[in-house]
Parts: sequence; C-alpha cells; structure tokens
Amino acid sequence: MNLDLNTVWFILVGVLFTGYAMLDGFDLGIGALHLFTKDDTERRTLINAIGPVWDGNEVWLVTGGGALFAAFPNVYATVFSGFYLAFVLLLVSLIFRAVAIEFRSKQPMRWWRQMWDIGFSAGSLVSGLLMGVALGNIAWGVPIGADGEFAGTFLGLLTPYPLLVGVTTVALFMMHGAIYGVMKTEGALHDKLRIWAMRCIIFFVICAVTLTMATLLYVPRMAARLHDHPWLFSIALANMLAIANIPREFHHRRDWLAFLSSCAAMITLMMLFGLNLYPNLVYSLPDPANSLTIYNASSSPKTLGIMLVIAGIGVPVVIAYTVCIYWIFRGKVKLDRMSY
Amino acid sequence: MDVLTLARIQFGATIAFHYLYPPLSIGLGVMLVCMEGLWLKTKNPVYHQMARFWTRVFALTFAIGVATGIVMEFEFGTNWATYSRFVGDVFGSALAAEGIFAFFLESGFLAVLLFGWDKVSRKMHFFSTCMVCLGAHFSAVWIVVANSWMQTPAGYKLVMHNGVERAEITNFWQLVFNPSFMERLSHVLCGAWQAGAFLVVSVSAWYLLKKRHQDFARASLRVGLTVALVASLVQVVTGHVSARGVAKNQPAKLAAFEGLYNTTSNAPLVLVGYVDEKDQRVKGLEWPGMLSFLVGFNTQTTVIGLNDFPPSDRPPVTASFLFFHGMVGIGFAMIVIAALGFLYFRHGSLHERRWLLWILVFSVLGPQMANQLGWFAAEVGRQPWIVYGLMRTPAGLSAIVKANAILTSLILFTLIYFLLFAVFIYLLNDKIQHGPDEQDLIPSGKLALPTELTHHPKT
Ligand code: HDD
Ligand code: HEM
Ligand code: HEM
Repeated sequence: MNLDLNTVWFILVGVLFTGYAMLDGFDLGIGALHLFTKDDTERRTLINAIGPVWDGNEVWLVTGGGALFAAFPNVYATVFSGFYLAFVLLLVSLIFRAVAIEFRSKQPMRWWRQMWDIGFSAGSLVSGLLMGVALGNIAWGVPIGADGEFAGTFLGLLTPYPLLVGVTTVALFMMHGAIYGVMKTEGALHDKLRIWAMRCIIFFVICAVTLTMATLLYVPRMAARLHDHPWLFSIALANMLAIANIPREFHHRRDWLAFLSSCAAMITLMMLFGLNLYPNLVYSLPDPANSLTIYNASSSPKTLGIMLVIAGIGVPVVIAYTVCIYWIFRGKVKLDRMSY
Repeated sequence: MDVLTLARIQFGATIAFHYLYPPLSIGLGVMLVCMEGLWLKTKNPVYHQMARFWTRVFALTFAIGVATGIVMEFEFGTNWATYSRFVGDVFGSALAAEGIFAFFLESGFLAVLLFGWDKVSRKMHFFSTCMVCLGAHFSAVWIVVANSWMQTPAGYKLVMHNGVERAEITNFWQLVFNPSFMERLSHVLCGAWQAGAFLVVSVSAWYLLKKRHQDFARASLRVGLTVALVASLVQVVTGHVSARGVAKNQPAKLAAFEGLYNTTSNAPLVLVGYVDEKDQRVKGLEWPGMLSFLVGFNTQTTVIGLNDFPPSDRPPVTASFLFFHGMVGIGFAMIVIAALGFLYFRHGSLHERRWLLWILVFSVLGPQMANQLGWFAAEVGRQPWIVYGLMRTPAGLSAIVKANAILTSLILFTLIYFLLFAVFIYLLNDKIQHGPDEQDLIPSGKLALPTELTHHPKT
C-alpha cells in the first residue's frame, strides 16, 4: 500500500465517516431508545443530553459528503443517483430527527410532544438502518455498468446481507447511545438506562457475531486482505477485544471507559471495512472490472492536494473547539429553562 | 412530465425553501452580535433581554435551515450526477471547505449560544455569538464561490478523464475569486442582513402597535432600523455592481433582465412594464439611455441585445425580466420604508403613525421575496447553461434516475416542507405572542457577574 494522495483521501474520507459514526452514532442511538422511556421528564433529559452537540455531530456527515464529492466525484455521482430513493428516505429521516428535537419542547400539549417523539425516534432509527444498508451494499458489491453508472434497482438494495448490516448498525448505535445516556444521567433514569445498555450490548454482540459469520461465508472478499497479510489480523483481534471490553468496563461502572471501548470498536470495524475494500470504493458485482476505485473515480492530484491543505488547516481547529464545547457541557444533564 | 422538468422543479423547490432560512440565520446572527455587544458595552439589561428573545427565534430558523440544507448537499449527486462528475474537481472543494470552515464553526458555537448562557462568562458567550455569526457568513462565502463559479467559470481547464470530459482546477484562487464572486457575495450578504433586520423591525413594530413590551420594542427598533437602513442602501450599490458584472460576463442574461432584443447604444432602463416576446420589445415606462449609463457611466455605451445570440442560447425572457424587476422594485421600496421608519423613530413620533407601523409589520416579507426573486433571476437568467458556456442544463442530469423516482421525492419533500413551514409559522407566532421574558432582565448564572443591577439606565 503506497501512500499516494488518492490513498490519503481514501483514509481521510474514512476518518470523517468514522468520526460521524462515533459522534452522531450516540445521538441516533438515544433517538432509537427514545420511545422506550415513558414520562416527559425522562424524555427531555435524554434529548438534552444530546441537545448541545447533535448538530455539530451531524456536520461530520455533511463534511464527509462534501469530501467525497471533492475527492471522488464519480462515487458521489454514481452512489447518490443510483441509491436515489434510499437517500431520499435517509434525508427525510434526518429532517424529522433534526426538527423534532427543536420543535418538541416548544409546546406542552401531549399530542404535540408525542408527534415529535415519534418523528425523533423513527427518524433516528431509520437513519441508522439506511446508513447500515448502504454500507452493506458497498461491502457486498453493487451492479455497475461499463459507463460507471449504477445498473440495479431500489429493491435490489434490500437484500439480506445489507439488511443485516443495517440492523447491526442500529444495534451498535443503540448500545453506543445507551452508554452515553448512562454517562449523562443520574437517578432512576440512570439505573434504567444501565439495564437497557446491558441488553443493547447483548443485542449488538449477537448481531456482530452473525455478521462476521455471514461475511466470512458469503463475502470472503471482505476478508481477503486479512487472509493475505496475517499481521492485519491484529486489527480484527483488537476489534474483538474492544467489543469484549465494553461489558467489562460497564460492569465495573467505568462508563467512560466503556464508551471509549465502544468508540474503539467502531474505529476497528471501519478499519477492517476500509482495508478489505481498498482500493475499491464501490465494488461492481457481476463484473468487477467496472468497479469504482480510488484511481478511476478520483479528482485530479491538484484538487486532492488543495483539499489536503484545507483539511490540514481546518480539521485541527475543528477538533480543538469541539473538545472545548464538549468540556463546557460536561457532566450530568440538568434541566433548566434553556433546555429543550 | 419528463425527468429534466421534474428534476428542475425539485431542485428549484427545495433550494427556494432552504433559502427562506439562511438569510434569517445570517441576518439575525448580525443582530444578535449587535445586541449582545451593546449589552456588554452599556450594561443595559434590556439588551440582554433582547439578545435572549432573539436567540430563541434564531434557534428556530437555524434548525430548519440545517434540516433543509442537508437535502441540498446531497441533491447535486441525486439529481445532477453528470454535472457532479463534470464539476466535482472544482466544485466539490468549495462544498468541503464549507463543511470544514463554516458549518463546524456555526453548529459548534451554537451550543454555547443557545445553552451556555449560565455556563460561561459574558465574554465567552459573546465570543460564541460572534463565531456563530461568522460561521453563517463563511457558509455564504463558500456556497457563493461554488455558485459564482457556475455563473462565471475561472481557474480551470477541460480535461478528458476515463473518456469523459470534465473541468479540472488549475488555480485555486482564480476559482475562488472568479469574476462575479465578490459582487455577488456582497449582494447576497446584504440581502441576508436586510432579512434579519426587517424581521426584528417587524416584530417590534407590532409590539408598539399592540402597546406591549414597549421598552423592549423601542430598543429593538433602534438596532433593527439602523441595520435595515444601512443594508438597504448598500444593497443598491452591490446590486448595481452585480448588474455591471452581468453585462460584462453574461450579456444574454442582462439582455433578458431588461428585455433588450437589439444591440444598441443609449439603451433604456425599464422602470415598469412587460416583455412582448412576439414583438420582441418591452411595453411600459422606460428611462432612455439609463441602462447604457448604468453599465458604462455613459449613455453612448453599447449594450448587447438578445438577437446577438442564437435562440438556443437565450434564457427565458419574460421570467427573467419579471423576477429581476420584482427584486429591484422591492429593493427601492425597502429603502423608502427603512428611511421613513428611521426618521420618524429619531423624531420620536413613530409610535403615533400607525399606518407606518403597519407597513413595518409587513416589511419582513420584502427582503424574503427579493431574495427569492433574486435567485430566480440569477438562475433562470443563466439558462440554458448549468455551467455558463460549458455545460447545458439537460446535459447535467443524472443519467439513470427515473421520472417516477424524482416525482416520489418531489411529492414527499413538498408535503414535508409544507408541514415544516406551517409549524415554523405557528411556533414563530407563538414566540412573538409570548414576547420577551421579564426574567431575562436579570442575567443569571455566571453572566450575572459582575452585578450591575442596581441602576437601570433609561432606554
Ligand atoms: C447565502 C447563504 C446560503 C446559501 C446560498 C445556501 N446555504 Fe445552506 N446554509 C446556510 C447558508 C446558505 C447557513 C446560513 O449556513 C445555514 C442555514 C441556516 C443554518 O442553520 O445554516 C445553512 C445550512 C446548510 C446545511 C446544514 C449545515 C449544518 O448541518 O449545520 C447544508 C448541508 C447546506 N446548507 C448546504 C447548502 C447547499 C448545498 C446549498 C446550495 C445549493 C446551500 N446550502 C445554499
Ligand atoms: C451553489 C449553489 C447553487 C448551485 C450549484 C445551484 C445549481 C442549480 C441547478 C443545478 C439547478 C437546476 C438547473 C436549472 O434548472 O437551472 C438550479 C436551478 C435553480 N436554482 Fe440554483 N443553485 C445554487 C444555489 C441556489 C440558491 C441558493 C437558490 C436560492 C433560492 C437557487 C435557486 C434556484 C432556482 C429557483 C432554480 C430553478 C430555476 C429553473 O429551473 O429554471 N439556486 N440551480
Ligand atoms: C435595489 C436594487 C437591486 C439591484 C439593482 C439588484 C441587482 C441584482 C442583479 C443584477 C442580480 C443578478 C446577479 C447575477 O446574476 O450574477 C441580483 C441577484 C440577486 N439579488 Fe438583487 N438587486 C437589487 C435588490 C435586491 C434586494 C433588495 C435583495 C434582497 C433583499 C436582492 C437579492 C438578490 C439575490 C439573493 C440575488 C441572487 C444572488 C446573486 O446572483 O447575487 N437584491 N441582484
């Protein structure tokens, strides 16, 4: 693997989407758990746990999309026009998720709050599911024509393997969100979330094991690089250890470390995914020759270089003030009159 | 309907809806900086109350701006895939830069602006407000870079890549400072400041009419009318500079704006009228020589007419003409309204002039309409090009998307946007009826230090 600009951007786009999963992942997870809570104070506490940060977290997706457009315009064009209806559904879910957070608290009526509760929860759940399905299709391979355009159908995207990846993603986000919720709450809600988090962990582990088996059996391509370079197996090992560490830390009430382990699990999962996909970005199924790779789908070296400068200036600054903002809003959620 | 028409309607509708909110976010951002700055400077608690009240309105517009903006980010790929392949090399970097430099800044510090009132010091809070405002402005900068490049491409070369032609970057700064960028950016920003300022003016005028929260309303009016008047005046200048740029870079567009068919010197400026496309002339009130004068500061300047272009290269004339004249008309009306309001406010007799207060209440619609019409004029006037002179709009369409997929999404977005708009108006009205909080006259938490509450200077 030589480190040319195309590879660097392959990694950077991966970093942006991993950052998105680690950050917005817990927002979407909190959303997916939202309807399980019963009374209004509990729901408000959970929403306010993500209140100050969800918008900034979503920007990782926006920037990832922008980076994909700039670095690999052909992938951006093929995937978004090819998965048209799926992305429209994703956008609709994200819209409902976003406005529900803002609108819910603005009126006290029961029906009003219930309406936006459903919008928030369904929006979060469907977003996670669709992102997973998209990822699953990329892993499985999609039909690409010789012209570089998608040659399949919307329903063709909803096959078992991608759906399994979708469900696993939801499980991962729910676990991640529940742990985050445990960190941000206290009292009865905290205890309740602790039990849910345990259940989410079990749910996720079952999904993860199933997915691993399915991948090894049906998509051996997604394990090929590990097969050829045994030292890379250390990443798979790290992934398993990270996942196993989540219930361990959680059991010892080191919630913060459990959260970090969950992040580490995401990072290693994305690394495994990226390593086996490389140098393809979209693998073409019946005819691999049509695959979109980091070379045939990329921008010119000049653009990649300019973007590297932009990222080099921007990303450190972004990370610096993101850390500051998380620091300002550290600690358990307290409801006050500014809260949602 | 064919795919092209549907894709255009869908893109036009979603961007027009999105663009109801960014001007408010940008404009209110400026208002918030003014209010909080005045509070820090004068220690007058009314300004604190104002900042708190308008922050709540800001949060509402911001949320919808974000929700509808995400759609735009991905719609280039869904609807205009071929175009995305063609311009990705130049266009994508502007969108990515927008994410990194603008959206992160806005959304990060928004948290402190909305929820940090009691958690951080006054200075830190003011700094966050400034950063949110700055971020909103940066996002305008980058999106206008991208859009202006489509109007006046620069800093690129055409290259074959895998057998398909595309534009590749040659010079980043030429791309950013493309010929129409500066004037269009200043024009867009002024339009946004007008939108924010007139919203503040409108709500305050309504409070005066209803004799509610009068101290608050007067203080808000002072800030609002000042910004409104300045922005409205500057807007004519930036608009004029834009028009000169259009004359130079996109002559067919200017000819369509003014319904000018024959190339001529001493070209007239149409004040009111309509284009008779059959007779190829404008019917209405004209000011002879004025268009030539505006373009070249000399009535003998030659202005190129539509007949110099083959019919296939001409934009839709009537639509461009009407959108453009609608915007300009509103622009001058806004100056008159802001000036009258400002003068009577200074004179101290604004509250007695109910007719003017009513006009001010409705003035908020002016900038919103002008902003929409302005974009319509700029985008329709660019036709038939999606990238001026390089790619025609039909050629930019996604190759594989089917009409019914776009129709489905169009119906879905239309329904959802109607719902969002109704909820927005309902909640906005609710906030206005509820009015500013008395509680906000007393800063709490860390903001309360150092206490200055013993004397309340008069507003
Ligand atoms: C002149 C300003 C302007 C213009 C022409 C546009 N936008 Fe916009 N956009 C903004 C000014 C803005 C903003 C002020 O920055 C917003 C609106 C409210 C807000 O919260 O941020 C925003 C939000 C916003 C977001 C959400 C950002 C977030 O999550 O924080 C995205 C992805 C876009 N926009 C993308 C677009 C695209 C792809 C456009 C063109 C087709 C576009 N915007 C036109
Ligand atoms: C970078 C920013 C923008 C890009 C790349 C862009 C691009 C496009 C494209 C591809 C179309 C469809 C082709 C066409 O029919 O013209 C379009 C149409 C349109 N755009 Fe823009 N646009 C941008 C910003 C905006 C904004 C902010 C507005 C504000 C409201 C706007 C208003 C419109 C309208 C009203 C149409 C429909 C015009 C028509 O179909 O003839 N655009 N634009
Ligand atoms: C008062 C006189 C005005 C003049 C002479 C004027 C002139 C222009 C011109 C020539 C354009 C086209 C630029 C292009 O296509 O490149 C334009 C676009 C536009 N105008 Fe105006 N304008 C005026 C007032 C206003 C007002 C009051 C607003 C809003 C509050 C506004 C908002 C816009 C917007 C949003 C655009 C599209 C963006 C752009 O192309 O710059 N204009 N204007």
